[in-house]
Amino acid sequence: MNYLGDVAALARKDLRLELRARDTLPAMLLFVLSTLVVFHFALPSGADELAAQGLLWVALVFTALLGLTRAWSPEREDGALDGLVLAPSDRSAIWLGKSAAVFVFLVAIELVALPAFALFFSPLDAGAVLGVLLADVGICAVGTLLAAMAAASRTRELILPLLFLPLAIPLIVGGVGASVSTDPGRYLAFLGLYDAVFAILCWASFEYVVSE
Amino acid sequence: MISARGLEKRYGSRRALRPLDFELERGGFLVVTGANGSGKTTLLRLVVGLAAPTGGELEVGADRAGLGYLGHEPLLYRDLTALENLDLYGRLYRVPERRERAGMLLERFGLWDVRAERVGSYSRGMVQRLALCRALLHDPELLVLDEPFTALDAEGADLLDRWLRELAGSTTLLLTTHDPGRVKPLASARLALV
Repeated sequence: MNYLGDVAALARKDLRLELRARDTLPAMLLFVLSTLVVFHFALPSGADELAAQGLLWVALVFTALLGLTRAWSPEREDGALDGLVLAPSDRSAIWLGKSAAVFVFLVAIELVALPAFALFFSPLDAGAVLGVLLADVGICAVGTLLAAMAAASRTRELILPLLFLPLAIPLIVGGVGASVSTDPGRYLAFLGLYDAVFAILCWASFEYVVSE
Repeated sequence: MISARGLEKRYGSRRALRPLDFELERGGFLVVTGANGSGKTTLLRLVVGLAAPTGGELEVGADRAGLGYLGHEPLLYRDLTALENLDLYGRLYRVPERRERAGMLLERFGLWDVRAERVGSYSRGMVQRLALCRALLHDPELLVLDEPFTALDAEGADLLDRWLRELAGSTTLLLTTHDPGRVKPLASARLALV
């Protein structure tokens, strides 16, 4: 229970910081909405609906990347990450708490972005929405770990996309498949498997990311 | 409490800490002095486990729960209040009655009246006082302080002097300073880095 309590306290801290500073969510929201508007005008009228579904995933992944770039900013300032690393609680709780907070940010953005997509392009079915939620889990698990690795570097804004985008390709494959396939079940299962495997890997390896 | 034999730290080809031997017994007070770049901060980061030695051996007789660390940076969140910062760390350190303990420390370090203000609005000296509260929050058995008098005004420095006098003998203390005379009466040993 202590472990989950630590995770909840760390996630709550991130949500509180965002509510006060409003550094990340407004930027993510503006980015995803403006991207959808650009796609709306860039896609020729009468274009295939399938193409639009693909563009939704491009918008979501790059919006997530924007949020991940700033995910560890509060910890970089004033060395707060050292403070968390020194605490006797399990270090994986730091990763899990941060991932949970990023997940909440992503879902909050998607509560606006998905209706906007339905307005500009076409409505999403349950398979697509479930695909988005499952992909969010993978994005948060992998992205938070990679963002922590990149945060130690001076070129973090360059490194994170280079590390994250190749690992996000299976999520895009699964997400687009769940959105456009007549049988989304196997794509959703694929996303679930990705989430499980990468969540365990990231949970187990975070300790080594924050240790010298 | 701490035993170092041939302890050394390099970053690539750059030597951050020359090979070093020292012992610090439980309840002792070791003052580390040295010029800028001599490796004082590096030594402290090695002791608390934020850095790994590249040579020699280091044994520290306290786990993370028993370590208190004040570094060059305050290790605090600017957009949280003093109380919120201490509450978070108190929870992670499993401090019993953490709110009462945080309140007592804030009171003693003269921050009680600004406890609900964001740390980002504090002066440098107030941030240093709060960082001291954070380091002392869990009543550590080994307290590692990196130039703790930095940015403190006369009143803050006196407060810290009083704390160090109270802790000396019961808590093991490792402290770096450019003003060793200030803690000379309390120190049980001195280590000069070159």
